Amino acid sequence: MKIGVCIKKVPDTETRIKIAPDGRQVSLDGVSFIISPYDEFAIEAALQLKETAGQGEVVVIAVGDEETGKVMRSALAMGADRAVLVTDPAVVETEPYDVARILAAVARKEGVELLLFGKQGVGQDYQQVPALTAEVLGWPAAAVVVKLEVAGGELTATREIEGGEEVDRLSLPAVVSAQKGLNTPRYASLKGIMAAKKKSIEPLTLAALGQAPLAQRSWEVVRLEMPPARPAGRLIDGEPEDQVKQLVELLHTEAKVI
Amino acid sequence: MAQGFLVFVENRNGRIRKGSLEALAAARRLADALGRTVDAVIVGDEAAADQAARFGAHRLFRVAPADVFESRDGVVELLAGLVRQESPAWVVASATAAGKDCLPALAARFERSVIQDATEISVEGGELLVKRPIYAGKAFEVVKPAGALAFLTLRPNVFPAVEAPAPATVVAHAAAVDPQRIRTRVAEVRETAGGKVELTEAAIVVSGGRGIKGAEHFPLIEQLAAALGGAAGASRAVVDAGWVDHHHQVGQTGKTVSPTLYVAVGISGAIQHLAGMSSSKYIVAVNKDPDAPIFKVADYGIVGDLFKIVPLLVEEVTKLKA
Repeated sequence: MKIGVCIKKVPDTETRIKIAPDGRQVSLDGVSFIISPYDEFAIEAALQLKETAGQGEVVVIAVGDEETGKVMRSALAMGADRAVLVTDPAVVETEPYDVARILAAVARKEGVELLLFGKQGVGQDYQQVPALTAEVLGWPAAAVVVKLEVAGGELTATREIEGGEEVDRLSLPAVVSAQKGLNTPRYASLKGIMAAKKKSIEPLTLAALGQAPLAQRSWEVVRLEMPPARPAGRLIDGEPEDQVKQLVELLHTEAKVI
Repeated sequence: MAQGFLVFVENRNGRIRKGSLEALAAARRLADALGRTVDAVIVGDEAAADQAARFGAHRLFRVAPADVFESRDGVVELLAGLVRQESPAWVVASATAAGKDCLPALAARFERSVIQDATEISVEGGELLVKRPIYAGKAFEVVKPAGALAFLTLRPNVFPAVEAPAPATVVAHAAAVDPQRIRTRVAEVRETAGGKVELTEAAIVVSGGRGIKGAEHFPLIEQLAAALGGAAGASRAVVDAGWVDHHHQVGQTGKTVSPTLYVAVGISGAIQHLAGMSSSKYIVAVNKDPDAPIFKVADYGIVGDLFKIVPLLVEEVTKLKA
């Protein structure tokens, strides 16, 4: 089975976010980039499916820039076979539908049977590219998946919902987005890192995919804001018994939350 | 009348999601400011429709329950039909598991993206301004929908669910969905929380961090959560150590919560964690380290031994509630 894994380049989760001088985007100066953490569960799932089947190919797919190519190397180092990177100034990365239709075009061109994603890109947190892509392809989809089984062209996906789990059945080709808990992503071995240097990252443009630039945008960013500063808090001193009594009193009479 | 809102009301076995009622009330507030109307749609029986009708819609389409609507594909078909029929300007749902899944699938049919997880919406110059968290709340972006049709989900637990002066007119809506269009079939739904409050919907959340020292002490966190009538959460360290299941995780790579009260127990307050909870109304921190960053965001802090403090807290809260 040929499996596609769509990944996104995001700032390291330890990054302190600053707003750029134009006030409409995040300043990414000096930021180090990683594969969005949820995407690692998708890569691991793809590698495990290939290993279990004893055959197949894992293709990493992304829309991005040169820096995206660099983080794709770590997916290749984990064991993915090759990568496809769509770099084109006409792509609007802040328009999830635009990214989705391009990923869908790559999936079709590659002839993948299963397209995996992380449940969301940790950054813009759009949380929709997997569902958009599935709809563009007309494929069944399961989102926020914590357990995945493939048997006889059919997927059984257990997904996280509020207060429980939902078990979905879908036939291939399909789109699945991974949630933490699906597996434990492997670390790249030294051999894997060496091998990754020789693996190919194929660059693609919109024209090569037969896609025209997207005509409409869904929104315009007016401004970025930092979270409101929280007022200075109060430390409660004393013996544990007194501290607890005071705290409960404050929560009850001052904050009125209990 | 000018085009207005279409709100998807989520109904699970007769229980309407609180977030859907919040979405209805928010849509009504905005519609009133804009001089527009609110349509809504629910799949359910008359009792469920009557309940939803109180929360702000002018007109509520009631669709009789059918197997096809158990699958998100059926819901998307239903909504797509209504969007074509009613031409709303804004399609709104709560940012629940189903809402965040159905709305993108719907939006894709109109070649559009979804403004997910809005935490604030205002009207300026006859247009909507929507604020949503990015980087799990380390920053916010304010966006203005462009074009004649916009799709929005609203973060649960942020907007108030207030009843409207008059109930909606309930209209029976016959939506025939071709079973062939159902691509993903729901085989089973399992309730794992066993009646416990869901983390993202809870008014009170108590989370434990590395300070709890081991899986055997997580029940302390659960006891305090239960005493307060809230939900139990955890930091990434606790989840990564395998002490509790990942669905408890609060933070940038877990759930983002905005309860009225967040109690952080034995959590140092890594930026990753703060991102997931710093929009809570009140924050309480219990930690033995006075320099822990969590105290910088806490409204009330106790420097002390959580193994002494938490049992006392359970006792005191139980006494208060008795």
